[in-house]
Amino acid sequence: MNTADKKSKGIEMTGAEMVVRALVDNGVADLFGYPGGAVLPIYDELHQQDDIRHVLVRHEQGAGHAAEGYARSTNRPGVCLVTSGPGATNMVTPLQDALMDSIPLVCITGQVPTPLIGSDAFQECDTVGITRACTKHNWLVKDVNDLARVLHEAFYVATSGRPGPVVVDIPKDVQFATGIYTPPSDERHASYNPASKGDASAIAAAVALMAQAEKPILYTGGGVINSGPEASQLLRRLVAETGFPITSTLMGLGSYPASGENWLGMLGMHGTYEANMAMHDCDVMVCIGARFDDRITGRLDAFSPHSQKIHIDIDPSSINKIVHVEVPVIGDVANVLGEMLTQWGKVKSRPKIDAWWKQIDVWRDRNSLAYAGNDDVIMPQLALERLHELTKDRDTYITTEVGQHQMWAAQFYGFEEPNRWMTSGGLGTMGYGLPAALGVQIAHPDALVIDIAGDASIQMCIQEMSCAVQHGAPIKIMILNNEYMGMVRQWQQLLHGNRLSHTYTEAMPDFVKLAEAYGGTGIRCTKPAELDDAIMTMIETPGPVIFDCCVVTLANCFPMIPSGKAHNEMLLPDEASDEAVATAIGEEGKALV
Amino acid sequence: MSNDIQNQNKVMPPPASAYFIAPTEELPVRHTLAILVDNEPGVLARVIGLFSGRGYNIDSLTVSETEHERHLSRITIVTRATPSMLEQIKRQLDRIVPIHRIVDLTLNAYGLGHDKPIERELAMVKVANSGEKRSEALRLADAFGAVVSDADVGHFIFEVTGRTHKIDQFIAIMQPLGIVEVCRTGVAAMNRGGEGL
Repeated sequence: MNTADKKSKGIEMTGAEMVVRALVDNGVADLFGYPGGAVLPIYDELHQQDDIRHVLVRHEQGAGHAAEGYARSTNRPGVCLVTSGPGATNMVTPLQDALMDSIPLVCITGQVPTPLIGSDAFQECDTVGITRACTKHNWLVKDVNDLARVLHEAFYVATSGRPGPVVVDIPKDVQFATGIYTPPSDERHASYNPASKGDASAIAAAVALMAQAEKPILYTGGGVINSGPEASQLLRRLVAETGFPITSTLMGLGSYPASGENWLGMLGMHGTYEANMAMHDCDVMVCIGARFDDRITGRLDAFSPHSQKIHIDIDPSSINKIVHVEVPVIGDVANVLGEMLTQWGKVKSRPKIDAWWKQIDVWRDRNSLAYAGNDDVIMPQLALERLHELTKDRDTYITTEVGQHQMWAAQFYGFEEPNRWMTSGGLGTMGYGLPAALGVQIAHPDALVIDIAGDASIQMCIQEMSCAVQHGAPIKIMILNNEYMGMVRQWQQLLHGNRLSHTYTEAMPDFVKLAEAYGGTGIRCTKPAELDDAIMTMIETPGPVIFDCCVVTLANCFPMIPSGKAHNEMLLPDEASDEAVATAIGEEGKALV
Repeated sequence: MSNDIQNQNKVMPPPASAYFIAPTEELPVRHTLAILVDNEPGVLARVIGLFSGRGYNIDSLTVSETEHERHLSRITIVTRATPSMLEQIKRQLDRIVPIHRIVDLTLNAYGLGHDKPIERELAMVKVANSGEKRSEALRLADAFGAVVSDADVGHFIFEVTGRTHKIDQFIAIMQPLGIVEVCRTGVAAMNRGGEGL
């Protein structure tokens, strides 16, 4: 009998059947995984059903990042299934990545049979021990009658409150054992009940502060995206009704459109001059679903010294962790913004912020993203501007790897909608972009999904090209190939006297041939004049494409707040002479990351 | 004193940057936390893993199941942290799924008008000696209200209960009298008054 045909109320079935059943009951349509000895019973069940599509990756890390891309682009949990031992340890990087970026992941791992646990059995590792620090929560299920409850709980924990990754470790004998399956229930969790509704009096205090502001700024983050599409709509209303300028972290791009009038661009280490100066000089800062990461604040004792701060976050531990705030509001962004808008409607005198906008326009005129054009070689910034121009009217999703290309993508690709931008923010995982693009494409088969990559990062999970070909996922990989680990090299120039220790990739694969070897299409472009044609070829060629976009090798990513410097001490592109770069970071800053 | 601090700063400049928690004027304080958790495998590892992973201090840790039917354990942790870090510790602990409640007993004691909660430790102290030292040990144990749990012609095992300071004192006094083994439970703590946790 097909698993999904069975009635779900208290029915007897094997542990492996329960896994598939619980996935179906929790609305899972796609699963990323890799089989192995300790998950064979579950794979056998997957073989006998049609409700869930299994996407076979080439490395477990790929499954994790694909599930992250899937989750980020759909606001649904990403699910992966891997075997014990190396399967589980290969999952550690995506789990930590998802933990830092608050991505809901449910990872099911096989485990050696319970009598063998602790005996150093073949492909055994202490999965719950190893993943304890890189998950929101994890479980080892030793009794098949606990399995259904734990699986449902896993979905609840992963997706509620501040989302995050969870692991359910299932020994092989538990997969074979027969027990009672119970469907998901609405019963309150005994110890875990995150608040979602913001305290009305805290919101009133926030609104009162905002109403008196002369130099306000909205500083938004990934929490707005996690809260769901409604949060982005409410945010847009808040901007429209208050007239406040708005900036966002890397993770929050798209919640407010880049073409919007009040948009200042991204803030932080590689943010725009206007965003960082406005953060420094503001008198009221409204932080919405962001967490004062070190890439945002710069030098902490000079961070926005004159402002009163409002912090909206669903996680109480984010409040006052790094930066002291005057008005904390604990709750889900959409919920809090809804209440905030209601209260804002009752504010009698609107803040006078015309002078503030005049100041911001002066900063904007500084044009901090300017770069020198070149007729002979492709500038990476130009490549991304052209990519944006040629894809903005399509149903486009962008993922990235980690490095200079990622920052340029954030600066030059204008995101108009939430859930369209998948990048590894907190952990900075090179190799994220290709599998993430795969996950996005599985969720959105007809969309244009582009991984903006670097030549170094792309080689960290390149094997998933094979997966993309197998599953007919027509992802487009645009490598900004400068033959260097550009961001590391940039730091060597800043910190280590331009001694480029091991950041030049002397042996580079031929990416065109590599694409063809995998069964995809490879294209290359070296001339600015041919760039548009190459991008269009990439977009219009069916199936997976690797576009080797050879860019100028020594461009660096500016503007930049050097380590240990404040928001108003940015290094701007036109000031970044070799000498300025060499002396940008003081002795104290050199110790920092 | 302030000169000393300035001199120290010259040798080791204080980190003034994003990538450190800003140097703080706050002094660390000692607080006792009571944590109610589901008694399930790994729960203690989650708690102490949080402390080690985030660089918090544990001065003392005591744990045992206190409500058998509900499988609830009570963990008592004595930690030393600045007030703002203490706030972080409590909020980070609260993120751990099987934790039901975290109660800052020290803070509650202040609220009740006391300087600290009732804190007790039990220690077993094995002393091996003979002659003068033997009778001296017994006399001192009596003064501390210690109970003799085991004895032979050549040794005593004393069982002593009390505040951490008292146990420290007892062990220090017994030291010259031939201590061969010491075992301490760590702090168990509870607030005064009729209110429960």
